[in-house]
Amino acid sequence: MTGDTTERVAPATLLGWYEQMGVIRGVEKAAHDLFMRGLVKGTTHLAAGHEAVAVGASAGLLPDDYVFATYRGHHHAIARGASPEACLAELMQKSTGTCKAKGGSMHLTQADHGMLGSYAIVCAHLPMAAGAAWSAKLRGTSQVAVAFFGDGATNIGVFHEALNLAAVWKLPVLFVCENNRYMEYTPIDAVTSVPNPAADRAAANGMPGVLVDGNDVVAVHGATAEAVDRARSGDGPTVIEALTYRHYGHSRTDPGKYRPEAEVAEWMARDPLIVGRQKLLELGATEAEVESVEARVAETVAAASQAAQDAPPADPAEAFTDLWADGGWAWRT
Amino acid sequence: MADLTTYRDAVSDGLARELRRDPTVVCIGEDIGAAGGVFKTTVGLFEEFGAVRVCDTPISEQAIMGAAMGAAMTGMRPVAEIMFSDFLACCWDYLANEIPKARYMTGGQVKVPLVVRTANGGGLGFGAQHSQSVENWALTVPGLKIAAPSTPSDVVGLMASSIRSDDPVVFFEHKGLLASKGEAAPEGHVVPLGEARVAREGSDVTVVALAATVPLALAAADELAGQGISLEVIDLRCLIPLDMATVFSSLEKTSRLIVVEENPYQGGWGATVASIVADEGFEMLDAPVRRVAGENLPLPFADALEQQVIPTVTKLVEAVRRLASY
Repeated sequence: MTGDTTERVAPATLLGWYEQMGVIRGVEKAAHDLFMRGLVKGTTHLAAGHEAVAVGASAGLLPDDYVFATYRGHHHAIARGASPEACLAELMQKSTGTCKAKGGSMHLTQADHGMLGSYAIVCAHLPMAAGAAWSAKLRGTSQVAVAFFGDGATNIGVFHEALNLAAVWKLPVLFVCENNRYMEYTPIDAVTSVPNPAADRAAANGMPGVLVDGNDVVAVHGATAEAVDRARSGDGPTVIEALTYRHYGHSRTDPGKYRPEAEVAEWMARDPLIVGRQKLLELGATEAEVESVEARVAETVAAASQAAQDAPPADPAEAFTDLWADGGWAWRT
Repeated sequence: MADLTTYRDAVSDGLARELRRDPTVVCIGEDIGAAGGVFKTTVGLFEEFGAVRVCDTPISEQAIMGAAMGAAMTGMRPVAEIMFSDFLACCWDYLANEIPKARYMTGGQVKVPLVVRTANGGGLGFGAQHSQSVENWALTVPGLKIAAPSTPSDVVGLMASSIRSDDPVVFFEHKGLLASKGEAAPEGHVVPLGEARVAREGSDVTVVALAATVPLALAAADELAGQGISLEVIDLRCLIPLDMATVFSSLEKTSRLIVVEENPYQGGWGATVASIVADEGFEMLDAPVRRVAGENLPLPFADALEQQVIPTVTKLVEAVRRLASY
């Protein structure tokens, strides 16, 4: 690991991050349970296990920075301020969903918080983040853009196109890889020419590549803050590769049986919530404080799940809105 | 008499007018800067607006389209050039999945006001991978507006509307027309998207054309006028929005329709026009709808072969004569 894991954070700050991670975990569990009850249709790609990446990185950003995520993106939407209720409502095809039920699990978006979408074609959003960073540079703001992506994205051509362009133009953009060791069902190391699929490719594109413990929210925050500083001071892009693990399979239909039991056990013991909790106690937070946060998280998630279930279903007329900027879909004159 | 200009110069004029008017307009593409574009359609822009707003890229079509999209979502109005329309296939994900769907699938949270300019079509002997007419590719995707001008003043007028549009527009510049001349666009010239033009009035047969098939249809009209057949030529200008109202009002006069399109017959845009007329205008017709389209072949290199595959004046004249005597 080359990321800074020694950053000191105040217990109150870490308590806030721990609460956010807890809410994300709770929403993912709720999504899973609602799916099993037939209330969520289609598919989901749950991010349980990846919480520290979203929360740690978001904590290093300002409200007007830009985030682009993937179809495994619930955690990024929530970390950037999407309400758990609106996220679950979107999954349940409710009119109150983040995307008015036109997007679904794979496309959660909260544009008014700079979370400009979740994209389900692998790696397509990396140049979009570069473009948002280019735009910030052109407009003379100090905004940065972040693209979160999985390890599988690093073997796609546009990964290299995006990194090269970002480096040549010295764009204020972070490419944050959530390396959970599997591209869908296949171990990433079985199909990749280098040990660290994202970080090892950074140098070839003229930028630093940082490996970080993706289950340690403080470490992720430290690496992000450093890269954001570089970006804001005009020194260009950074690749951050956060090592993490997903708790569920790739998607709803995948039980993840291809992963060795010992490996799963090892990573479950390093659950970002366990790591965060230990760190909190080390920093001097009391057991009572932590438990009080955990109770609040449970209430928040239960209330969000209930409110989402009670929300009205999507209005069929909504199918014919939002194609064009005028709100309509007319294609003839 | 108004000043004449070329279609090629009209492209850079149209871009320059919008770059002057709106500081959020930026151009991005391969060789568009100091080189002035491989088709010389961006000549002078680099000198007037500088490298920041007329931005050369690596050969990275996906990065060009993705970066343009990200910039469009965050307050800019990028104009991205994909050098040859054949290369749209290299970044098709952005035209098929990303740009047209972003607004819809986010429930209207984002908008993507960008223009993709691309050199389209045959007639210059560039062979199979640099000559296709692919306007029908874009027509398969809900969420893209499609402009394809046939004259220099329409290049300027449609460029203005395309860049000012809050929706993504694919702007096809026909390679075979680049050297053609026409009246220069007056100051402030704007042609709304989705407004077809009657390029020549006539009474016997309606010919619906687009881009390079417009002058082709006008040449056929000249030839047929000598034989007592009067063609009304409609320049669609845009495929989306599609101005069927102008087509129907012409059919009220002529009751006969030919569509002339350079893209292949299979899946060509003329099929959409024909099916709408079949659905909604059947009673207006005195004869079957005919299509003169590209053959279902790749474009061959040799002139003599290429002429076999794309529409020509001779093919259109022959089709009109058969239809007029139906």
